[in-house]
Amino acid sequence: MDASELDRILVQHRREPSQLLQILIDVQEQAGWLPPDVISAIASALAVPRVRVESTASFYSFLHTQPAGEYRLLFSDNITDRMLGNTGLMSALCEQLWLEPGRLSEDGLVRVDTTSCTGMCDQGPALLANGRAITRLTVDRINEMAHLVRSRVPIGDWPPEWFEVADNIQRRDVLLDHRLSPGEALAAALDRGAAGLLAEIERSSLRGRGGAGFGSDIKWRSCRDAWGDAHYVICNADEGEPGTFKDRVLLNSYFDLVVDGMCIAGLAIGSSKGFIYLRGEYRYLLDRLQARLAQRREQGLLGRNILGRGFSFDIDIHLGAGAYICGEESALIESLEGKPGKPRIRPPFPVTNGYRGQPTTVNNVETLALAALIAVRGGEWFRAIGTPASTGTKLLSVSGDVARPGIYEFPFGVTVADVLQAAGARDTLAVTSAGAAGHCLDEHEFGRRIAFEDVATGGSIMVFDRSRDMLEVARNFAHFFAHESCGFCTPCRVGTVVVARLIDKLAAGRGSPYDLEEMAKMHVLMQGASHCGLGNTATIAVNDMLSRFRSVFESRLQSSEYEPAFDLDAALSRARQMTGRDDPGAHLGSNLSAIDTHRHPPDWGDATYAPFPATPSPAKDEQP
Amino acid sequence: MAGKLKVSTVSLAGCFGCHMSLLDIDERLLTLLERVEFDRSPITDIKHCSPCDIGLIEGGVCNAENVHVLREFRANCKVLVALGACAVNGGLPAQRNALDVGEILQMVYRTGHGLAPGSAVPDDPELPLPLNQVHPVHEVVRIDYFLPGCPPSADAIWSFLNDLIEGRAPRLGHGLLQYD
Repeated sequence: MDASELDRILVQHRREPSQLLQILIDVQEQAGWLPPDVISAIASALAVPRVRVESTASFYSFLHTQPAGEYRLLFSDNITDRMLGNTGLMSALCEQLWLEPGRLSEDGLVRVDTTSCTGMCDQGPALLANGRAITRLTVDRINEMAHLVRSRVPIGDWPPEWFEVADNIQRRDVLLDHRLSPGEALAAALDRGAAGLLAEIERSSLRGRGGAGFGSDIKWRSCRDAWGDAHYVICNADEGEPGTFKDRVLLNSYFDLVVDGMCIAGLAIGSSKGFIYLRGEYRYLLDRLQARLAQRREQGLLGRNILGRGFSFDIDIHLGAGAYICGEESALIESLEGKPGKPRIRPPFPVTNGYRGQPTTVNNVETLALAALIAVRGGEWFRAIGTPASTGTKLLSVSGDVARPGIYEFPFGVTVADVLQAAGARDTLAVTSAGAAGHCLDEHEFGRRIAFEDVATGGSIMVFDRSRDMLEVARNFAHFFAHESCGFCTPCRVGTVVVARLIDKLAAGRGSPYDLEEMAKMHVLMQGASHCGLGNTATIAVNDMLSRFRSVFESRLQSSEYEPAFDLDAALSRARQMTGRDDPGAHLGSNLSAIDTHRHPPDWGDATYAPFPATPSPAKDEQP
Repeated sequence: MAGKLKVSTVSLAGCFGCHMSLLDIDERLLTLLERVEFDRSPITDIKHCSPCDIGLIEGGVCNAENVHVLREFRANCKVLVALGACAVNGGLPAQRNALDVGEILQMVYRTGHGLAPGSAVPDDPELPLPLNQVHPVHEVVRIDYFLPGCPPSADAIWSFLNDLIEGRAPRLGHGLLQYD
């Protein structure tokens, strides 16, 4: 990449170190990867140490510090993509391109690999082609794709229907049927004033839609009351939970309501600046969202003196780059500041010490959209919907074994069975209630209600019918977390890998009851000792599957005795090869037979004991 | 000797540092001997385990003989303990895991400096073959307790053994857990 192009990007980002991640993303879009000399150039232009640039560049999955190819094809590898056959499609593509998965082709043209859930579970299998989402992959599409790559057709010229992303809204309620015009909610909020607005939010009992369900009024009030030079509103659109895609739909078709919600949050906490942290997987939405923000500025619905009412608020959109952990609010803020997305030590919480150390409120996309509705219709109206402890409606992203995958808006309190019926699920074995990080329910629990007081959820409902192997589901989740752990704290960094290896061991038919026990122990340890929510929730679903579908796991156990995860005899292969030996001492049997032998130890006679035959081998004598 | 617990100890791919640390309990060794009897151990030079209550394993698993010995301990010991960093994680010997064991043998016995002419990789069946990688003991057999440290301090070993002897779940408090 030439110096003037780099300079253009740097100027566009005001040579501001906190823009580092955005600069790296822009540079990579031009250059295809981040070469060492460019990293050095960026470091000196921003006047930061080179290691800082490198640590950010190497943290995010979508940033490449090695050549990554002209075509970077990443298959979404959520369990729902697996169920739709992504594994077969990926090997077919690799075969046609003469590639190994995860390795750049010899000519530097193309690399095919997997990535965590891209939020297209209702229209998978999906992939990202140089960051652009392609949905509904079929064998035909894969064949044509291989041809297009080989003929070096630019991705911009690929069939446009491949890039179509449908909303798939299956059930609408008050939010998806809001009928408000852009700015209407904001005008209503300005009429109420900050104090009146906060009173309505309190009356509504609105709780955060990311899954934790923290009271929005408490968050906004604490943020408003916190002292600072500036206050910030952050819209958390880093929707990374496997199986969730509701924010994709809200941003695509309800963006004005979300922006109104952000302005309203700004009014409530006394802020004039907001950020949307958009996950890298939704890069395809960026240009359109930017254009709409520009339009709103022209219409007096954003920027200085909004609606001529003296209130100023503006919004920047920041892109993520493939890190699930950035959905955690303090990691998100770190990322927004251009750093690796590692969660901060809390307290202090973002409401007092957030973006650049200033009071910051981080809200889910859906929460902000609902706040806009409440500004117009009032808290009492909202509180009448749902249950007393969980007011309003919830967007559910339903995927997996259902006839009609997509977005379902239900009032809180709906039973899991009702959701399953609406989605046309049949013969259901299990349901995840909050993606890979939440509880997994079996048929005895389908009568439970979706609400913070019963089945709490961020909205990711993945459905598995009786044909599915829950061990494969657990395995997919375990590998997801092992990949997405940020590596900051040991319980999570090591624990996620230990769990993934144990499940692999089980899947390979080498498991024993001790491995199941170890997984249960790891669950307890990680829940208590991890630094943030990722480690605390990483084993919940797997642990539920272990207890609810125990027979599935037990049927894979090889024996009741401990078995190593690897083949001991094969572990002597190199030494056998180098020594040319093949005598009994050059082999190892399985643990089982060995332990049996030791229970009744053969009489070797003390003095002559050797585990290997003591007689000299003929081969030795023949040697010079 | 009735009523005494039987203890076996062994060093696999270790440096005997953990055994030195065990000896470092000093005169408390006499108190310990009132409660336990050593079976297979470098202390007694007994070559094989008979059924035991406690087995202490120092060192990781680097060759076929280590595997046999470890299995013998597992089959005979009610409680098997990984003692020290190498048993717990593979430790220093596991540093060779980044290299190919075949290339190491080649370099040491065939292509290295100062070798006699015609030197070859030893193929005597009395010699145990090295494994492709060095493994922590829990990757080969089931382990009941892990006592970390390089080595675990004498006080840690003392406290741990006393807990086991008294029938308590061993718990190392502050100051007894050292990873450096």
